[in-house]
Amino acid sequence: MMRVAWLVAAKDLRIEVRSRVLLWQVLPFGVIALLLSGLALGPTQAGASSSGPGLFYLVTLFVTLLMINRSQALENAAGTKASVATLGLDPAGVFLGKALALTIELWVSGIVLLAGSVLVLHTDLVGTLHALPSIVVTLATLAAAGTLYGALTQGGDGPATLLPVLTLPAFAPLLIAGERSFSAALHGGALWEWWVIVVVALAAYTAVGILLYGVLEES
Amino acid sequence: MLGDQVVVRLVNAVVMSKGFPLLSGVDLEIDAATLVVVTGANGAGKTSLLRLLGGLDALTSGTGLVAGIDLSEGDLRLLRRRVGWLGHEGSFYADLSVRENLVFAARALERPLGDVDAALERVGLRHRAETTTKQLSAGQRRRLGLAWLLVRRPELWLLDEPYASLDDAGREFFDQLLRDVLAGGATVVVSAHDPLRSSELAPRTVQMVGGRVALR
Repeated sequence: MMRVAWLVAAKDLRIEVRSRVLLWQVLPFGVIALLLSGLALGPTQAGASSSGPGLFYLVTLFVTLLMINRSQALENAAGTKASVATLGLDPAGVFLGKALALTIELWVSGIVLLAGSVLVLHTDLVGTLHALPSIVVTLATLAAAGTLYGALTQGGDGPATLLPVLTLPAFAPLLIAGERSFSAALHGGALWEWWVIVVVALAAYTAVGILLYGVLEES
Repeated sequence: MLGDQVVVRLVNAVVMSKGFPLLSGVDLEIDAATLVVVTGANGAGKTSLLRLLGGLDALTSGTGLVAGIDLSEGDLRLLRRRVGWLGHEGSFYADLSVRENLVFAARALERPLGDVDAALERVGLRHRAETTTKQLSAGQRRRLGLAWLLVRRPELWLLDEPYASLDDAGREFFDQLLRDVLAGGATVVVSAHDPLRSSELAPRTVQMVGGRVALR
């Protein structure tokens, strides 16, 4: 399982490095979305920094949806799906590999968006660094859940446009937990309680993905 | 129980998709180490038959046994590992180089990486090994598809319109490759609009009409 996971993750990341979709399409979109959010709030609200965590996760949600679609599109290109299917890869390994690659891509986008949050929304730098462990885990959980839902909507005849609707119930608690722990890191409060919720969700989505990804692929 | 020499046995095989019959009762038997050419007009069911044999589409009714695996109840994932598929759309990750695509396949199947260079040499793509796949011509992509199969060394080769996009040199190369594959004991099923030009290969031709085998 882990051999296939590393193989798939390395392949997805290599394709990302080659195609530069994250660099030239997704990240500029995320930065612009963050910038426009700051402008929409106005200098007083944006400078208060209380909106930073929420806007960071809102933009991260948009970026995540784009990257999930991209990740699944790699496998569903004409002809590729049939050829790769004949390799008989362990679906649990494919899930882990795709989730790992997506996690790393979200971490990269997270670094850029956090920098943008500090610069544009004046989010406190020390508090942001303090929130990093919870952000790292929240992004990994979004990647695990997103990989599952991505296979659900893009495998077979599932309409990819349903992805935002289907992921909403899964992503909403994660975004709330992530935002709460980020805010707690900035302003004090129950940081670790929210963090634990996200860790449990990560374990749950990973377990479900390992067990069910093959079924989703076949469907 | 199939005899050792029979690789494919379909009895009244039906494949439905969204209520539409892609195959509507196919009876077919294919012996090992033989070349079968499936001909027919567009929409006759050639690709659907190949996909069924590769475990890529599920059997709706009837019975089927391919490479010893029951299409109704067997492990289709195991069957897929035994077949090689060359589709007419191109079959790779477009943003990876030629070599990276083949290395991915070799690693997935735990084949030695030396097989990659040998396959590239065999299909005449060694000089394009570092080229991104999406930059290849249609004929070169077809050669890459064949290299992918050479790395995989499947028991059953399923080739959907393999002559498309190949020039005369490519067709001759492909015929020679088929001879070698058959001599190695593998079974080859090719879909084509017309019977093969090469008389040396002496294939068995199966004609499909309306999702059924009309002529054997």
